[in-house]
Amino acid sequence: MAGVCTDEEREKVVDFLNGKSSVKSKFYFQDFLPLFPDKKPREVKKVLSALIDGGVLEYWSSGSTTMYGLKGAGKQSAAEGES
Amino acid sequence: MAKFKTPLLDELETGPWPSFVADIKQESAHRDANPDNLDYQIPADTLDDLLGQLELSYKEKETHWKHGGIVGVFGYGGGVIGRYSDQPEMFPGIAAFHTMRVAQPAGKYYDTKFLRKLCDIWDLRGSGLTNMHGSTGDIVLLGTQTPQLEEIFWELTHDLNNDLGGSGSNLRTPAACLGQSRCEYACYNTQDMCYNLTEEYQDELHRPAFPYKFKFKFDGCPNGCVCSMARSDFAVIGTWKDDIKIDQEKVKAYVGGEFKPNAGSHAGRDWGPFDIQKEVVERCPSQCMKWDGNALTIDNANCVRCMHCIDTMPRALRIGDERGATILVGAKAPVVDGAQLGSVLVPFISTEEPYDEIKELINKIWDWWMEEGKNRERLGETMKRLSFQKLLDATEVPAQPCQVKHPRTNPFIFFKEDEVPGGWKRDLAAYRQRHQR
Repeated sequence: MAGVCTDEEREKVVDFLNGKSSVKSKFYFQDFLPLFPDKKPREVKKVLSALIDGGVLEYWSSGSTTMYGLKGAGKQSAAEGES
Repeated sequence: MAKFKTPLLDELETGPWPSFVADIKQESAHRDANPDNLDYQIPADTLDDLLGQLELSYKEKETHWKHGGIVGVFGYGGGVIGRYSDQPEMFPGIAAFHTMRVAQPAGKYYDTKFLRKLCDIWDLRGSGLTNMHGSTGDIVLLGTQTPQLEEIFWELTHDLNNDLGGSGSNLRTPAACLGQSRCEYACYNTQDMCYNLTEEYQDELHRPAFPYKFKFKFDGCPNGCVCSMARSDFAVIGTWKDDIKIDQEKVKAYVGGEFKPNAGSHAGRDWGPFDIQKEVVERCPSQCMKWDGNALTIDNANCVRCMHCIDTMPRALRIGDERGATILVGAKAPVVDGAQLGSVLVPFISTEEPYDEIKELINKIWDWWMEEGKNRERLGETMKRLSFQKLLDATEVPAQPCQVKHPRTNPFIFFKEDEVPGGWKRDLAAYRQRHQR
């Protein structure tokens, strides 16, 4: 299932993440649901998937739990910049 | 020559049991010798550094692995688990030591060509260490570096036609018993259902959006060879509606000693002659069997599908013909809340391809859990927090006696007005005619 995302949705997600960037850089999927009160979780997933595919967001996984963050944001991204 | 002295780890080799330390040393020596003249794509001293860091952890009694990371293959949010050493200068060979989970074939059937090719990929691009298999069932490839991930993924998918497994807040790699391929007890085609649902739910396997992990497991019968009732959020366990089939002549043959009970699997010592009364009838948990010395009878309405009688006398007793599955939900190991076994949600469901009834149920459960589940909360915990009745409402499954865990102690099923004939309205005047104030 390919993700789909409008410019407005992208802006909403990026603004949310930038607004929180001083506090933390990785967020649970559920944290994004309030941004889209009219959308079901699966529709929000499509938006986030499109942003992952577009290189705007990236996954962070502990192995058991997965979080989302802006690509390159956070200490870990800097430390893992191997490629 | 080992790079580090490892006296504490060496102790682990002294016992009578196989040792992972010995295995790692053996692989390390093999890589040093490099008999196939491979152009190893990760540092040659990776395994020495692995042993060195483990020795340090044993000495200091704390781990030196950093937890998690952003690594993965393009578009996938699962299948790769980032692992980093917090002492990269001391152990440069394991500065990055990522785990890859690879989907195992249904029923874990392999051919040697596949296994050789898999090992070839991992010898070249990884540490050579594998875990066959991880707790969820996947093939686990232990230890590689970030630039190798896409290369390995390409070779797995293009040369072996095999996908990565699940990790993180994903659907995890579904697992099935070997089912009808070898087992006469299998009530449905576990491997086919496992494969079909794996294909159907690719997006859930690779793009994490659940509150936490979610596991499917498929057991062909209540013997539960993949332990679905204890180890999966959604367990599909084969069962039957009609009667256990009895061949009375073969029952007599067991009693007469012609056939060995349990297909001879307890033949290691002399247990004496087979006693059907003690070994079968009295071990029935619901006491629904009788043996009168000539014929075995079963009160099938009270059979709880424990499988003991069928397992003991497989040539005389067989599963019924009207087959399907029971769905249990919410099993988990302890993390947020304690360990739970699965609870019966649907006592009998069709297992006919294309499994629409089961998929419909799964989708309803996910829609509910994705809306209501808290972060890092398994389905079983959401059920416990919000009540089983909420799950029944979400899945539109009617309340049934078989869902009650403890009669009179957890009355979690409350009827709504529209479910009761006549609703809550009553004629007070008529009531007062029957009941004085």
